[in-house]
Amino acid sequence: MSDIPIPADSLPVAAEIEAENKRSLLSWVASVDHKQIAVMYLLTSLFFFGLGGIEALLMRLQLAWPGMAILSPDGYNQIFTMHGTTMIFLVVVPSLLGLATYLTPLMIGANEMAFPRLNAFSYWLVLFGGLLLYFSFFGGAAPNAGWFSYAPLSEKPYSFQAGLDYWAVSLLAIGVGTVATGLNLIVTIITLRAPGLSLKRVGLFVWMVLVNSFLIILALPALNASLLMLLVDRQLSTHFFTQQGGGSPLLWQHYFWSFGHPEVYIMVLPGFGIISETIPVFSRQPIFGYGFVAASTVAIGLLSLGVWAHHMFAVGMGHRWDMTFGAASMLIAIPTGVKIFNWTATMYGGAIRFTTSMWFAIAFLITFTMGGLSGVMFAAVPIDWQTTDTYFVVAHMHYVLFGGTLFSVFSGLYYWFPKMSGKILSEKLGRWHFWLTFIGFNMTFLIQHVLGLAGMPRRIFTYPALPGWGIMNLISTIGAFVLGISVVVFLWNLYVSFQRGELAGDNPWNAWTLEWATSSPPPLQNFKAVPPVRSRRPLWDLAHPEDPDWKR
Amino acid sequence: MEALTDIGVVAGSIEKTKLCVALFIASESTFFGYLILAYVYFHGFISSGPTAANSLHPASTGVYTAFLMASSGTVWLAGRSLRKQNRRGFLVWLCITIAMGLVFLYGETREYLHLLDQQVTISRNLFGTTYFGLTGMHGIHVIIGLTLLSIILGIDLTKDRGPRYQVAVESVSMYWHFVDCVWIAVFSVVYLWSTR
Ligand code: HEM
Ligand SMILES: [Cu+2]
Repeated sequence: MSDIPIPADSLPVAAEIEAENKRSLLSWVASVDHKQIAVMYLLTSLFFFGLGGIEALLMRLQLAWPGMAILSPDGYNQIFTMHGTTMIFLVVVPSLLGLATYLTPLMIGANEMAFPRLNAFSYWLVLFGGLLLYFSFFGGAAPNAGWFSYAPLSEKPYSFQAGLDYWAVSLLAIGVGTVATGLNLIVTIITLRAPGLSLKRVGLFVWMVLVNSFLIILALPALNASLLMLLVDRQLSTHFFTQQGGGSPLLWQHYFWSFGHPEVYIMVLPGFGIISETIPVFSRQPIFGYGFVAASTVAIGLLSLGVWAHHMFAVGMGHRWDMTFGAASMLIAIPTGVKIFNWTATMYGGAIRFTTSMWFAIAFLITFTMGGLSGVMFAAVPIDWQTTDTYFVVAHMHYVLFGGTLFSVFSGLYYWFPKMSGKILSEKLGRWHFWLTFIGFNMTFLIQHVLGLAGMPRRIFTYPALPGWGIMNLISTIGAFVLGISVVVFLWNLYVSFQRGELAGDNPWNAWTLEWATSSPPPLQNFKAVPPVRSRRPLWDLAHPEDPDWKR
Repeated sequence: MEALTDIGVVAGSIEKTKLCVALFIASESTFFGYLILAYVYFHGFISSGPTAANSLHPASTGVYTAFLMASSGTVWLAGRSLRKQNRRGFLVWLCITIAMGLVFLYGETREYLHLLDQQVTISRNLFGTTYFGLTGMHGIHVIIGLTLLSIILGIDLTKDRGPRYQVAVESVSMYWHFVDCVWIAVFSVVYLWSTR
């Protein structure tokens, strides 16, 4: 066997350009290098994180006290719709796909994705989809029917401005791009692994990406189909989701959530993967129960395709369906709980290094578990009836998505930034970033559980001065601004450390997986050769020939 | 320390392009599943105006359907000829496939014109919406398939076959089979089941 899996038909266009080390704009635009594309994904999601964050602060200002008048009612609707859509489709998913495109080839000892051009195509679809979404502000009005755009509110008679058309078209572009990335990642993982790297030995991050990609290709078409139907409803006056023509708004809910629930797992599985890499490395112990972590992911993936209607308990589907979907939803807690035990057990008795990356991983365990618990509560139908459409749901989704996914992304960024840039992120600034995020996050969202139980509905632009509501909302708003500061600290850290951070070297954390076997940042061709893979920790085996994993 | 091993590809036996097309087909199947489901779901709701039973022409469409089905066979024959290095056979079967695809599109256009003549449009009622939605989406896929087949043909005619030509032909033909299968489902549901 000789070197090379750069497939001959997919030689990077930008290869020659980069070889001469000209980092011109063209070298980015024309690039099909998975690392460059991944960095663009990450920068894109950072950019939209800024926009979505500003929208969040606007909402929190408006809600800081009863009767504020910073946003108009319609303006508020537009802002919360843009916030949700941005954070889900342009921040969480692209940041995870960015990490996946950067790391998957490196972790399996390959030099490229299976289809480098398709990879670039996917990225540009996501970027232009995002820009199109924001163009709606100039094209009349932003969409205003929430991130799930319930019909008939999203239909022409109720929302006649162009906002929802922009929403549908841009999400279609993003949806198609995301499916293409899913295909690309699956094929990469199945066909391009280095010799010896069986699926029982790949890093857990790769496992999660694999399951995740299957969810993407099977669940996103539901979104694409629904968006097309909504779009023709609006453009060609068809009747899929309008009652006037006999159509069914309820069908939109079923279709949307049969995408929407798998989507929430699409947004968290790679996060599970990230902390399954960082926790073992910073605890200096191999992951506890590798097989369980991988198998429970498959279980989650399968289950998540069959529980969508738990978002629709308030619709009145009837007792039997409510019970079925409630029970199925509770089942998901089992494989999820298995994972929490695995991660905790990995830390138990380990020589834990409390780096910023590890802090974020630990915080993930705490906040994600809380979010999971409120999720299980909703699965009990009467509790859902009581809390649906209140701030309790807002608290739940932020505990799982911010306290879960985004914390894991931060853990991953502190861990892999040295690989991507060659510089270590400042631990001092990182500690500030972490504590501000952790405190700001809990200050913003913990109290929203109480607000929700007290009956405060979500998606309202203001509220009456009921006892305690003003002060609780004010606390939440202050927390949001603490979070805002934490983001500034993070950006500053990225900038300063990139400019003059400590040099990382190939393997700053003494980690064990293949991405650390090449230089930091890796050359255009990731590997000329990879170490022999005889276990899950090839770099451990290399460093400890007297005690390799495969002899244990 | 052990020496580094050279890097290579493990699962060399799996052809990546064909794997990708297979996965893409799985993804597209769920996409069509939702459209077909919408058609079936709304079928019971249509009480007045044009319906499948009083507007469609199952017999003539059945004939055009036969052409599309047969084109699945011819594209397979084209692939077989290519494997046997029989260039003429390959060209002939490929051209026949494209021609039969075009015949199908012609048939679909005629059916559409019939319907439009009777003021059955996509916005007329739920039947129009779901019928044109589903068959139109399939039609677009037929056009995509024909475009791909034509590209394959063009490459051969300009004698510009690369080393992966065979794989390309096999991938396109997988996709073409899929377009046919979707039509079998659509025809069964729309023309056979809902016209009763
Ligand atoms: C034990 C697992 C979980 C269960 C049983 C569960 C259950 C639920 C239920 C029943 C709702 C609907 C509440 C309502 O609107 O009345 C909901 C909302 C939501 N969940 Fe979960 N959940 C779980 C985990 C997760 C995870 C892991 C995520 C994402 C990473 C997530 C994200 C969301 C989001 C975003 C919403 C709000 C959707 C919206 O209405 O806009 N959940 N969850
Ligand atoms: Cu859900």
